Amino acid sequence: MTQRILDISGLNVRFATEDGEVAAVSDVSLHVNKGECLGIVGESGCGKSQTFMAVMGLLAANGKTTGSARFGGIDLLKADERTLNTVRGNRLAMVFQDPMTSLTPHMRVGRQLTEVLERHRGMDAKAARAEAIAMMARVQIPEPERRFAMHPHELSGGLRQRIVLAMALLCGPELVIADEPTTALDVTVQALILDLMRELKEKHGTSFVLITHDLGVVAGLADRVAVMYAGRVVESAGVREIFAAPRHPYTKGLLACTPRLTDAPTAVLPTIPGQPPDLQKLPPGCSFHPRCAAVFDRCRAERPALAEGGTLNACFLNHTVAA
Amino acid sequence: MSETLLDVKDLKVHYPVRTGGLVIGTYTPLKALDGVSFELKAGETLGVVGESGCGKSTLGRAVLQLLPATGGAVAWLGRALNDLDAKALKAERERMQIVFQDPLASLDPRMTAGDIIAEPLRNYRPHMSKAEMKAKVKDMMGRVGLHSTMINRYPHEFSGGQCQRIGIARAMILDPKLVVCDEPVSALDVSIRAQVVNLLMELQRAMNLAMIFISHDLSIVRHISHRVMVLYLGKTMEIAPRDALYAAPRHPYTQALLSAVPVPDPTIARARPRLALAGELPSPLNPPSGCVFRTRCPRATKVCAEVEPTRAQPGTGHDVWCHHWRESGLETKVAP
Repeated sequence: MTQRILDISGLNVRFATEDGEVAAVSDVSLHVNKGECLGIVGESGCGKSQTFMAVMGLLAANGKTTGSARFGGIDLLKADERTLNTVRGNRLAMVFQDPMTSLTPHMRVGRQLTEVLERHRGMDAKAARAEAIAMMARVQIPEPERRFAMHPHELSGGLRQRIVLAMALLCGPELVIADEPTTALDVTVQALILDLMRELKEKHGTSFVLITHDLGVVAGLADRVAVMYAGRVVESAGVREIFAAPRHPYTKGLLACTPRLTDAPTAVLPTIPGQPPDLQKLPPGCSFHPRCAAVFDRCRAERPALAEGGTLNACFLNHTVAA
Repeated sequence: MSETLLDVKDLKVHYPVRTGGLVIGTYTPLKALDGVSFELKAGETLGVVGESGCGKSTLGRAVLQLLPATGGAVAWLGRALNDLDAKALKAERERMQIVFQDPLASLDPRMTAGDIIAEPLRNYRPHMSKAEMKAKVKDMMGRVGLHSTMINRYPHEFSGGQCQRIGIARAMILDPKLVVCDEPVSALDVSIRAQVVNLLMELQRAMNLAMIFISHDLSIVRHISHRVMVLYLGKTMEIAPRDALYAAPRHPYTQALLSAVPVPDPTIARARPRLALAGELPSPLNPPSGCVFRTRCPRATKVCAEVEPTRAQPGTGHDVWCHHWRESGLETKVAP
C-alpha cells in the first residue's frame, strides 16, 4: 500500500478583485505518494502555481480557499499560522522559479541557510554553519566555505538556485514543492539541477511536486503527471502513459506543438488555436471547447467530469459509460 | 542563387569596464563579442544559440548598428554599415528590423496597437495619407493574425502572444529584408509559442526575409533555422547547416548543449547519456587563455590552454573551432 504524503481534495481558490471573482482553481483533487515526483503541467493562468500556494498558505490576501489538503495528519488549509510555521520550511519546503527574488539580497547566503537550522532545529551557530556548508556541498556548490560568506548577487543564477534548493532541503523535508525550478536557468544548468533532484528522490526518498510548463522537464523526472487547464485538472496518469497515449485533446495538443530533437523537423508546427480563456469569463461546458478540434454539442453545454477513460481525464470522447 | 545580404567579418564589441582603483581606476575590456563572422542570404535563417552571457543578443544589436562595434565590419548589400553617417544609416535601417523578447515591455503602453504598428510608416513614409496608412496597418494586422477591430486597443489589453504579434507587425510593415528576432518566443506559453513560430516562418517565406533568430531553446532553433551558430563567451564555437549541426555536432560545447536539452519522452529522457559541463561560466573580464571553453571542456588538454584553436572544416559550410574536433564525442540521438 503506497502512503499518501499529501492529499488535496476538492480544492477551490477564489480571488476577490474589483472586476469580480476570479476562479483560479476549481475542484482540484491531487495526491502525492511517498517517494514519488508528481509533475503538474499547464500554461500561465491554469492554476498550477495557485494550487500549491494555497497548500502552503501563501495565497495573496484577497484569496479564499475551500476543500482540504492533508499533510501528515494536518489539514493545511485549516491550520493556523503557528502550526503552518512548524511544518513549512521543515517537513514541507518550496522552491520558486526566480532564485534572485526568493533570496534576501542584503543577507549573506550562509546566514540565510543557518537561520533555518537555528529556527527549526534549534542548532547553535557553529553546528548550523557546519550543517549548512555540508548541505551546500551536497547540492554541488563548488567551494562552499567561500560561497557561504557571499551575497546572492555575487552568485550566478545556477548557484543561487542551488542555494535555494539547499535551503529547502536543510531540515530533511518529506515533500519539496518546486515551482518552475529551472525555468530561469540555462539548459546545461537545468540539467544539473534536475539530476540533483532525481538523486535526492532516489537516494533519500524525498517526494517532489514539480510544477512546470516544460514537458521535457516532466518527462525526465516525474512518476505521475497531472495536466491543468483553466483552473482544473483535465488529465492525470503515469508519466509513460501520458506521453505515449494522451487522451485529453489539450494534452495531445501540448505534446504535438512542442518540437523535439528526437523527431525530424516538420515544415509547420501543429498548434492549438486561440488562447487560454479569461478566468472571469470561462466558457460554459468544457473550458477547452472553444480551442478543441474534436468539439461537439455536448461539450458546449455540459462540463465533463474527471473520470476513467484510458487515463483519468475530463473529456466526453473518452468516457465510455454515458453519464 | 540568392544574393548575400549581410556579410559580417570579425565583428567585435568590447565594453570598457572599470576594475580596481576608485579614483584613478583601470579599464579592462569586457569582450562581449570577439571576432564573429558569418554571411546571410535572402530567405535564410541563421539560428544563434548559447547560454546567457555568450554574446548572442550583443551580436543581433551590433549587426543592426544599435551598438557600436569595436572592430570588424558589417557589410549590408556590399556597403559597409559601420562607415555610414547617421542619415545614411537611417535610410538603410528601413530594411532591417528587430523583434524583442519581452512582448509587453517592447511596446509603448500609451500608444494604441494601430499607432505602434504605424510608427515605422510615419518615420519612413511621411507623405503617406492617414487613410492609406490605416489600411496598411489593418492589412498587416490581418497577416499576423490580429483582428483589425483591435486597432484602437492599448498593449495592456492584449495577451503576451498578441503583443508579440503586434511587435512582429511593426517589424514587418516596411517590408524589411532582414529581421533580427531576439528570443521572440521565450516569454510565451507552449501553445502560443508554436503559433508565433509558424507565423514567423510563414512571413519569411512570403517576404523572402533573412532572419537572425536568437534563442536559448535548441529545439525551436532547429525547427526554424537553415544554419546555426553556437556562441560561447563572445566567440563562435561552431557554425553549420542545421542538419549537420544537430546530427553530427563536432564541438564539445555543442554536444553538451544538445545533450542537456530536455526531451519530452520519458523513455529517451531517462536513458540517454549526458555530457555534463564542469564548473561555472568564467568571467568574461578574465577569459581563459587559449580556447575559452577549455575550463569546462571534458576533452581539454595542454594545447587548449596554450593555443587558441583556428577554424577547422569538417564539412561543407561547417566550421568548428576546436583542437579536438576529430575525436568522436557523445552520440546525440537526433533524427536526421
